[in-house]
Amino acid sequence: MSDVSSLTRLETPELLSTQPVDPSERPSPGGRRRPLAPFVRAWRQLTSMRTALLLLFLLALAAVPGSLLPQRSVDPTLVDLYIAHHPKLGPFLDRLYGFDVFGAPWFAAIYALLFVSLIGCLIPRLRLHARALLRRPPKAPAHPARLSSGIKFETAATAEQVLEAGRAVLRGRHFRVATDTGSVSAEKGYLRETGNLLFHVSLVILLAGIAVGGLFGYTGKVVVTDGEGFTNTLVQYDSFNHGGLVKTDQLAPFSFQLTDFQAEYQPDATPKTYRAYVTLTTEPGAKATKHVIRVNDPLKIGEAKVYLINHGYSPHVVLKDRNGKAVYDAYVPCVANDVKYLTSNCVFKIPDTGLPPSGPLKKPQQIGVEAGLVPTFSSTNFQSSIFPALLKPRLAGVQIYLGDLGIDAGTPQNVYVLDTSKMKLLNLKGPGGSNPPLLSPFNKSADSVTGLPGGLTLSVDGIRSYAVFSVKYDPGKGLVLWAAIAMLTGLIGSLLIRRRRVWIRANTTRDPEEAGRTVVEIGGLARTGNLTAEFDDLVRRVRDRLPEQG
Amino acid sequence: MAGLSNDLFVVTVMAYAIGMVAFAFDLAFRRAPTRVIRAAVTLPSEQAAEQRVLVGAGPSVTAPPVPPAPPVPPAPPNSTGTPSVEIALEPERGYGRAGRIAVGATLFGWLAHLATIVTRGFAAHRVPWGNMYEFSTVVAFIVVTAFLVLLARQKARWLGVFVLVPVVLYLGLAGTVLYVKAGPLVPALNSYWLKIHVVAAMSATAMFFVSGIVALLYLAKVRRPAGALLSRLPDAASLDRLTYGLVAFAFPIWTFAIMAGAIWAEAAWGRYWGWDPKETWSFITWVIYAAYLHSRATAGWKGKRAAWFAVAAFSALIINYYVVNTFIVGLHSYAGLK
Repeated sequence: MSDVSSLTRLETPELLSTQPVDPSERPSPGGRRRPLAPFVRAWRQLTSMRTALLLLFLLALAAVPGSLLPQRSVDPTLVDLYIAHHPKLGPFLDRLYGFDVFGAPWFAAIYALLFVSLIGCLIPRLRLHARALLRRPPKAPAHPARLSSGIKFETAATAEQVLEAGRAVLRGRHFRVATDTGSVSAEKGYLRETGNLLFHVSLVILLAGIAVGGLFGYTGKVVVTDGEGFTNTLVQYDSFNHGGLVKTDQLAPFSFQLTDFQAEYQPDATPKTYRAYVTLTTEPGAKATKHVIRVNDPLKIGEAKVYLINHGYSPHVVLKDRNGKAVYDAYVPCVANDVKYLTSNCVFKIPDTGLPPSGPLKKPQQIGVEAGLVPTFSSTNFQSSIFPALLKPRLAGVQIYLGDLGIDAGTPQNVYVLDTSKMKLLNLKGPGGSNPPLLSPFNKSADSVTGLPGGLTLSVDGIRSYAVFSVKYDPGKGLVLWAAIAMLTGLIGSLLIRRRRVWIRANTTRDPEEAGRTVVEIGGLARTGNLTAEFDDLVRRVRDRLPEQG
Repeated sequence: MAGLSNDLFVVTVMAYAIGMVAFAFDLAFRRAPTRVIRAAVTLPSEQAAEQRVLVGAGPSVTAPPVPPAPPVPPAPPNSTGTPSVEIALEPERGYGRAGRIAVGATLFGWLAHLATIVTRGFAAHRVPWGNMYEFSTVVAFIVVTAFLVLLARQKARWLGVFVLVPVVLYLGLAGTVLYVKAGPLVPALNSYWLKIHVVAAMSATAMFFVSGIVALLYLAKVRRPAGALLSRLPDAASLDRLTYGLVAFAFPIWTFAIMAGAIWAEAAWGRYWGWDPKETWSFITWVIYAAYLHSRATAGWKGKRAAWFAVAAFSALIINYYVVNTFIVGLHSYAGLK
């Protein structure tokens, strides 16, 4: 019954994964290379399914803190806040990479081991499958009818006719067929293992794609006010992250101009649409083209993409000297602290006021302004907006400081935060005697604050929208996408396709009374599930093809 | 239209509640418990399938009106080479009064449920799965649909009460805590990916939901096979297979949901993966289900340990759904209660 033993081996463990054989069952590579034995054992342990399961579980577990603690990769300011609020725990967690979980060495160690284990399983598995693809289906057992799906019948047709009919039916159903004397063997469903291997190989390729993106990709953020432009060079970005192999002086040479930003809102202040109209020049000297960038709909420039990720308002700030000459004139973006109604914080830093340094220490006389921007002002609440659009914009609570902005020291500073430690607050009144001043950027005459030293006048005479764009370049993205598609295809194949074998044996009967008749046995085996319906159908088709029913 | 949808929602929950109680009665007071009979059968004739059923069912049933549909497990060849067949039998065939009420109420609830979703879609002028309330409603609908399909294809009446209790609780939670008025979507959701990504996520969630229930029943059954109610469930091996079948069906859909989400994220936020809390928990869920599928093929891990993986994975899914949506701020926050 050697046939049966080979069948039972086919039946034993249904291998979904890449693990071919339990490590303890694998044949030893020979006793001579004794010194390597511990390494061989360690390798087997690593590539065993149990280890893979453990690593999978560890990977899931290790990802949990990444969702509970704020992550630098997602929002660095939240991390700073967390550390500030937890002076003991924060730095401790930081040392353990609690805020960079997905870049932590221990996280990398888990997935690196997992992928080594995976590759260690894949290679022998690929070899085995390649061999199986080249090999013919195994020979028929002595009595196929005794299999879980099996049938035995007699017919007047000759053995050759039966086998020919069987071959034709099985080939018609895309079985791989081999013929021996008196029997036919057929097998189908090789795609299960092909799919399984495709899935796991694609997983490795996916990881490679992610690595390519990490090394050669960059991402940057830039704030552009209506009517202003952006050129894709390092200095123009407000923030910029890049992979280790990016040449930052050779970024794609495109530039664009934001001609108009439009936002529409529902009456209940929920946003409806955002549109950024831009004029793009792909490289110096190229013809300019018009485009619209929306949320969910980025602008593609070669391999780079420009996304619209946020928006806000930039008031037009002008500082005039006593002769009415502008010494400062700029649209300054304000940062929204309320995402829904866009109440924003504004900081204007005016280093060059035209005032001479004062006192014996020659302290610079620079101007810094803090104010709240309220897109739709209501008299009931001065501090917060009641609608996100610019229906009745006001700069409220304007605080003007005079002194040293601290930007000359060369230390980098956040443009949205005013350091008032070396400055003095001026007590000034705005239009209509408002104190602190309340300015409307819509007044044609320009609302202004007077009474600054040296006869200076600070005024706000307009306001525009700004858009925040994110520029992304990820050369590994295509590879990741294709690997993902291949993964899914392989996965579906490995879970839905069943591998099954069918054997037909036909012998001329030895019973003298029934001379000339043929005894036919057909049997089938499936690794998973049952074969009943398909098997019955195959048998019916074979019998239909026989010249005379038995 | 929105009001009609809300009324239908109440009708749905009430119908399911009736179905739930009736299923419980049906399970508790059915005369004879489900039993498994192991029979050795040799199949010489071409009516193999029917013969097998007849021989297997012979001792306890006079004439089965319908060939029974439970999945016939692949029979391991025994020592003599004679195949044996395991058939889960329900000697008390046909539906008692409780059973009829249960199935009737569930079917009625299902129709009201469908109407709830359709009218909600008309009321909001968009696909009716734009927030947590709607998402829960549709997931519950797919869960009940999956149960009804199982009911039609196999004898899954035993599953009724175990599916409807969580469904009623789940809908109750959706209708009270998670409810929001029908309205338009925030711009970030305004994309055809909402249809693709969210439909896949909902379908997979619903299938995992049912698989989680069956896995828990399996663990209970293994612990006390002869327990009062547990003895009325199919044998542990059938429950294990059903869990596997549901997970194997849902896992590629879940994979697709994550990939579609990544493509959407790439279009909306400029990166296909950013370890946003929602993404992280989807990943965790995916990894544990992958571990489940592998463990079922590993000696020493199949059976109970594998079932615990299925339960753990389902817990991760629930955390992803409730905890991440409500307590953790991330890019998917708009899916929540705001």
